[in-house]
Amino acid sequence: MELNNSKIKIKAKNLNVYYGKKQALFDINLDINQKEVTALIGPSGCGKSTFIRCINRMNDVIDICKVEGSVEIDGAEINEKNVDVVTLREKVGMVFQKPNPFPKSIYDNIAYGPIIHGAAENKDQMDKIVETSLKKAALWDEVKDRLNEPGTSLSGGQQQRLCIARALSVNPEVILMDEPCSALDPIATAKIEELIDDLKKSYTIVIVTHSMAQAVRVSQKTGFFHLGKIIEVDSTDKIFKNPANKMTQDYITGRFG
Amino acid sequence: MNSLIAGVILILCLSSYFFGRSEARKLVTQNIKLKALPAYYGYYLSLWCGLPALIIFGCWSLFEPAIIKVLILNNFPQIESKDLFYEQTLSFFNGNFSGEITNEIKAASIKYSSINIIAQNSKIVIIAAALIGSLTFAYRKIQNNNKARDDVEIILKVLLFTSSLVAILTTVGIIVSLLFESLKFFSTINIFEFIFGTSWSPQRAFVRDASAITPEELLELQDAFGSVPLFAGTAFIALIAMCVAVPIGLFSGIYLAEYASTKVRKYSKPIIEILAGIPTVVYGFFAALTVGPFFRTFGESLGLTVSSESALAAGLIMGVMIIPYISSLSDDVINSVPQSLREGSYAIGATKSETIKKVVIPAALPGIIGSILLAVSRAIGETMIVVMAAGLAANLTINPLESTTTITTQIVMILVGDQEFDSPKTQAAFALGLTLFIATLILNYIALRVVKKYREKYD
Repeated sequence: MELNNSKIKIKAKNLNVYYGKKQALFDINLDINQKEVTALIGPSGCGKSTFIRCINRMNDVIDICKVEGSVEIDGAEINEKNVDVVTLREKVGMVFQKPNPFPKSIYDNIAYGPIIHGAAENKDQMDKIVETSLKKAALWDEVKDRLNEPGTSLSGGQQQRLCIARALSVNPEVILMDEPCSALDPIATAKIEELIDDLKKSYTIVIVTHSMAQAVRVSQKTGFFHLGKIIEVDSTDKIFKNPANKMTQDYITGRFG
Repeated sequence: MNSLIAGVILILCLSSYFFGRSEARKLVTQNIKLKALPAYYGYYLSLWCGLPALIIFGCWSLFEPAIIKVLILNNFPQIESKDLFYEQTLSFFNGNFSGEITNEIKAASIKYSSINIIAQNSKIVIIAAALIGSLTFAYRKIQNNNKARDDVEIILKVLLFTSSLVAILTTVGIIVSLLFESLKFFSTINIFEFIFGTSWSPQRAFVRDASAITPEELLELQDAFGSVPLFAGTAFIALIAMCVAVPIGLFSGIYLAEYASTKVRKYSKPIIEILAGIPTVVYGFFAALTVGPFFRTFGESLGLTVSSESALAAGLIMGVMIIPYISSLSDDVINSVPQSLREGSYAIGATKSETIKKVVIPAALPGIIGSILLAVSRAIGETMIVVMAAGLAANLTINPLESTTTITTQIVMILVGDQEFDSPKTQAAFALGLTLFIATLILNYIALRVVKKYREKYD
């Protein structure tokens, strides 16, 4: 199912996830290409979010969650005990469904990650990191005069871009986005999508979305999940114009889900 | 007699509920569409039956003794000490008077007996009239199919409002009484001597007749009521208590909220909260009989002089008592920090303790500060432990091994046993109470302001 010559960044093999006794993902095999946007679609509860949380091991936080199988990033297995989760999450950033800025100033929100990882040696370097991250997230011009105001004082769309800037501040290679626009209005959504388009030049992006239109607009590759299984993965173009599977066809045309 | 009247009113209330309901049901059988469920007509009738009668009954019982007293004393204008005379009359009337029986007392007692009968009878008549009047009024309303549901709503609203009014008025009453007694105290003792004086020895404040304090006595009094040692002692013991309670309480709160498994949390939280349920007197004798002597023996083995009643023992045990306030409240506020903030922090590569230190605690800070300040006012107001374990000597000291004393302890010491109500010593208790009240009020105000400030910043 290799579409072009792009290098595979993330490779999931026979991935099974359980919440207690309930199985949430069944034998997932999925390749995610470097510097591309991969969209994951499917009805609620189908396992899309569970899947992307496997890529930065966020499922570790949930006590009852058990992950089996393999996820490789650049050919290195991440599901092994000796893998340092901190380094992994430095490499794989995440943006959540609801904007979740910390109860700190805009500046401190961005500086949080670099401080933890010791990325800046002095105030000047930190200022530089904050500025670059905010510029990358297309937020700099809107907030440069009020970096000391609380992050929570921004609008919903700005908050979400702040969260993207926060994820970018530690120079990740992969950015996971879990329905990043579901809490935003169409204008803020358009800005985020524009931003995603821009970011894919330097980052590998995996985005979970409920909006088919969004998947079409931003992604190059789309995976359709249903009841914890991958039904179909292909180029976005193919999935939305000529899906191989009947179920995919039904879902994207709105017959179920 | 009074309990009989109250009983009758309550029985009538109950029966009028059923009566009202059945009346309303009768209307239904006549094919009239009711504006409320039949039960509401029952409530309506019952409330109208009971409330006016009970209010009249209550007011009457409240004012009756005072009015009778005035009526009787008016007949004896020649008597000098009227209060005493009236007390004597009452005890003679009740058959337990053991003094010299004068003709006036006999006459007054006869008068009392006749007025009392009139009062009882008129009370019954008026209450009965109120019952009949309000019942008829409510019954008519039911027959006219009124909006009983809305009316019951209004009556209940008024009832709830009155309850809160009672609570507020009581508070106001307490403050006013504190204020007036304190003013009396400050009319004898200079207020600056009280606030800034460093020597507290109310036992010196013996006066032969409080209504006529001689200049020599006044001179002796002036420097007996310096409250600085008491405030210092209170603050010192509260400080020791907070030094124990804040770290332990906060850390155990963080452990319970962030690290403990559901099972551990389920059992350990109630166990910690049991600490809050132990009566303070138990803490008190634990501090006085176990901890205090332990410190003394331990101190002696190190060559230190430790008083068996020490600020350290009292503060330490008070701290233990306060732990559950802080741990339980901070556990709750930490739990209410949204999970999404934690995930945001983990997702950027922070460890659990980094997340707690830099994200969770700052977000929960207003609540945590609130719980700490609440604990401080608890510590300042605590009485039993310090009475038993801290001692009575008003030492101005910062040595935790010496005995010291607090405001609450001194109030207790002043007021135990027989007291003359108008001696400066007794009034000093009110002055202390007032200052304590003002201190906790300021503390609570600051707490609220701090919480509000942080909330505006982070929400």
